[in-house]
Amino acid sequence: MIESPALEQVQQRHHKGIYDALVIGGGLVGSSLAFGLRQNVDHVAVLDEGDVAFRASRGNFGLVWVQSKGMGLPAYGHWTMSSQQLWPEFAEKLALITGLDVGLEQKGGLHAVLSEHEYESRVEFMKRLLDQPGMVQYDWKMLDRKELKDLVPGIGPEVCGASWSQVDGVANPLKMLRALHTAFVKQQVDYLPQHPVADIEFKNDVFEMTTPHGVVRSKKIILASGLGNQVLGKKIGLSVPVRPQRGQIIVLERTKRMLQMPFATLRQMDEGTWLIGDSQEEAGLADGVVGLPVLATLANRAVRTIPKLKEVSVVRSWSALRVMSKDGFPIYDKSSLYPGAFVATCHSGVTLAAAHALRIAPMVVGGELSPEITAFSTRRFNVQEAA
Amino acid sequence: MSKVAHYDVAIVGAGPAGMAAAISLKTFGINVVVLDENVSAGGQIYRGVTTSPLSSKPQILGDDYWSGKKLVKEFLESSVERIAGATVWAVSQHTSESEQSSFEIGYSVNAQAHIMHAKHVLLATGAHERPFPIPGWTLPGVMTAGAAQTLLKSTAMVPSGRLVLAGSGPLLYLIAWQYLNAGVKIEAFLDTTPKGRIPQLLPYAFDFMRSPYFLKGLKLVREVKAHVNVITPISDMVANGQEKLESVTFKSASKQQSIEADHLLLHQGVIPNINLAQAIGVTLDWNDLLKCWVPMSDPLGNTNVERIHMAGDAAGIAGAWAAESRGQLVATEIAYQLGKLSLDQRDSSVTAYRKVYARATRGREFFDRLFQPAKAFRRPTGNTVVCRCEEITAQQVRETVKIGCTGPNQMKSYLRCGMGPCQGRFCAVTVTELIADERGVSESEVGHYRLRFPTKPLTLGELATLPQTDASINAVVRLKKPV
Amino acid sequence: MFKRLPEAQAEVTRNPVSVTVNGIEVACRHGDSVASVLFASGILACRDTPVKGTPRGPFCMMGVCYDCLVNIDDLPNQQGCMVLVKPGMKIERQQALREVQS
Repeated sequence: MIESPALEQVQQRHHKGIYDALVIGGGLVGSSLAFGLRQNVDHVAVLDEGDVAFRASRGNFGLVWVQSKGMGLPAYGHWTMSSQQLWPEFAEKLALITGLDVGLEQKGGLHAVLSEHEYESRVEFMKRLLDQPGMVQYDWKMLDRKELKDLVPGIGPEVCGASWSQVDGVANPLKMLRALHTAFVKQQVDYLPQHPVADIEFKNDVFEMTTPHGVVRSKKIILASGLGNQVLGKKIGLSVPVRPQRGQIIVLERTKRMLQMPFATLRQMDEGTWLIGDSQEEAGLADGVVGLPVLATLANRAVRTIPKLKEVSVVRSWSALRVMSKDGFPIYDKSSLYPGAFVATCHSGVTLAAAHALRIAPMVVGGELSPEITAFSTRRFNVQEAA
Repeated sequence: MSKVAHYDVAIVGAGPAGMAAAISLKTFGINVVVLDENVSAGGQIYRGVTTSPLSSKPQILGDDYWSGKKLVKEFLESSVERIAGATVWAVSQHTSESEQSSFEIGYSVNAQAHIMHAKHVLLATGAHERPFPIPGWTLPGVMTAGAAQTLLKSTAMVPSGRLVLAGSGPLLYLIAWQYLNAGVKIEAFLDTTPKGRIPQLLPYAFDFMRSPYFLKGLKLVREVKAHVNVITPISDMVANGQEKLESVTFKSASKQQSIEADHLLLHQGVIPNINLAQAIGVTLDWNDLLKCWVPMSDPLGNTNVERIHMAGDAAGIAGAWAAESRGQLVATEIAYQLGKLSLDQRDSSVTAYRKVYARATRGREFFDRLFQPAKAFRRPTGNTVVCRCEEITAQQVRETVKIGCTGPNQMKSYLRCGMGPCQGRFCAVTVTELIADERGVSESEVGHYRLRFPTKPLTLGELATLPQTDASINAVVRLKKPV
Repeated sequence: MFKRLPEAQAEVTRNPVSVTVNGIEVACRHGDSVASVLFASGILACRDTPVKGTPRGPFCMMGVCYDCLVNIDDLPNQQGCMVLVKPGMKIERQQALREVQS
């Protein structure tokens, strides 16, 4: 028998009435949105699940990355770039409110290639990407081995080069989460854990969310519950086709800071640990299982990139489920049946955090998503199906 | 990479449960291998029993310890294959078209990673000391009683400075007694067992008096009390010092006391080593008597993961004698699952082992209730370090609950506690209890860390030498897919 | 400070294994762990933590606490309690954050 636990003394709601805006989902996407909402309205709530939920945010690599994005949808390239440009402002706002540093570094980023074939493929890909009509333009360069060695001393002999772009960067996703939740406390956002949403109804111009602790009401809502958006989306008349895609990350122990320039798949964090990614497997909901062969491939590629890492210890691995839409691009949409209900999902929760907080949130408050966002609506999936 | 070896059964751990199970399985002609982290067999309890320099003076360590020699010798002289110095860091499901399901075991020997396959895996990974979070418990000079005992057993080393023992439980009295036998001076024995428990435990006392430990235990305790300054009750215990331990302060009977010390041995019981079991997917249960997480297994050693079995202290703290009989019992069940025994044969063997097990665990409940660690020593406050690896304090954990962190995994994300190399072995129970304390809910509801492989660190280079597959390469090296 | 009981001391005298601890030559017993040799040499702290540079020494002596990490033969992060001594072994204090080295 599952008993509904009593609402604990620890979590007292600041606002007892109807919220101005409410986010369902307390991960990176939901928390960034809630933070943004709070800068525009007074009463904001976040409904989150418990400690062991799928939590894609915990497996996040932390890239604030522009390079490689937007093949097939130039609007995504623009959107990503807009977020990248807003990131310093976002980080500063967080720092001002919470005193916490989220580890933003925007010094550029690398994408290594480990053979002539990879080198050529990469050049061809990047050219094709930026040649797309309407695509955002930015400086990028294919570095040869010699040039790469200057940026990354210790680069392995097999590395032929790397594509480099100035606009890439990184942040610390766990510090971000902590900063966002600390901001909630400071700004009296009601962050409510253990509040999974079973149902959403629209009554008297107000959304009513049914949770184990009773009904929570809000004038506007944003669904940001990752994989949960599929079920919840139906309740607001939106079809949100997302599926889990497993990604595994290897974490190495702390060492003295050696790598200043991040690779898309290998970076050293501000506190000295190393992260190695990034795998993509369609693996259903098996987020607890770590596959040895994938770890071996990840490890193998990493030691070929920086051979000195051979002696460094692997202290743990992560397996998390990316929230992947059909085409891999974000989904932002407004419910046509219920004005005031929105959905937001993506798999680049760190890169897009700034845009979520500083662009999407104000749009939601205003009641409309701006025209540049139409490319990300759920209607694009219906078009594909009809065709 | 050498060819991958296949076994019917792989046993992780060569303590009493692992050794007994191995010997038993071998009698059924089963292809079994034992992976032992240590170079010589015996686990923790019988550590060094075949190599100790103290074999010429058996009276120092006592009969119970030396009684283990028989089992260890039988194990070493049997034909059971043993890989010594093997640290297992992963056990994962492995399915291939050509063979039936089995487990892929990742382990390292001498900084070289290997893989083996086994149809069944028996986790006999034993137990380790409970955390004992008092201010200053991370100072050099402070160690667990078990650590000191290992030094004594394996290398015949004893503390030569001013020595204080602190904590609760038979193991602490045992080492005090062993030290007395070796001529070691003990400044004080701070017994943290909460006062006034014995009257409440009278209902369990009769069983305890029939236990194999009763008379020996009484004798031991009496001898220690006769020769050592035993102080009880104890509260507000602090280990003081700058770069190392200098003194121990505490309160007893409302009086503040201080003892200068170079060594402080802490002990308040042992808890199952859960990491490998949890990473494989074995469900954990909060044992409210022992105040720790225990992997769930049925009386035959089966878990919720098919063909993953548990025996010994890893399946629940019950001591060495119980571990031996449980090892034999689980081996019988595995033999039955492998088709070497009929159901009737299994049942009659199991009945016999259960009787031995019952005798070995008689009176356990009395023990467990009497020596349950005091709340204050399980739920620290202030600047007391909770996560030793990441140096996170009790105050930080408690405050993080207040900003909405409801469980240990979120706590990990916020504070990094549990992210160090010990993987929560010395902080998991404390973190669960602190969150339960702040939230006012049960430990069961709070939950535990989710652990993943590798359950012990290995180098990136080692991991890189393991076999890859087409699928794994496809998953990582994607030249055409967009990000 | 830890001392060897006479039985162990006799073995050291009879059949010493020679290692260096922070540059100083030390005689120890065949079967000693690196951590126990540090204790026998009067050393209580074997490393400084990578997080805050706090001195630490071996805590559990059974390979689960990872506080006994030392540099052995120029390899950092070796668990002193799990490694047995070999003739000529070089044992050094682990300094906080390790370098990445080959």
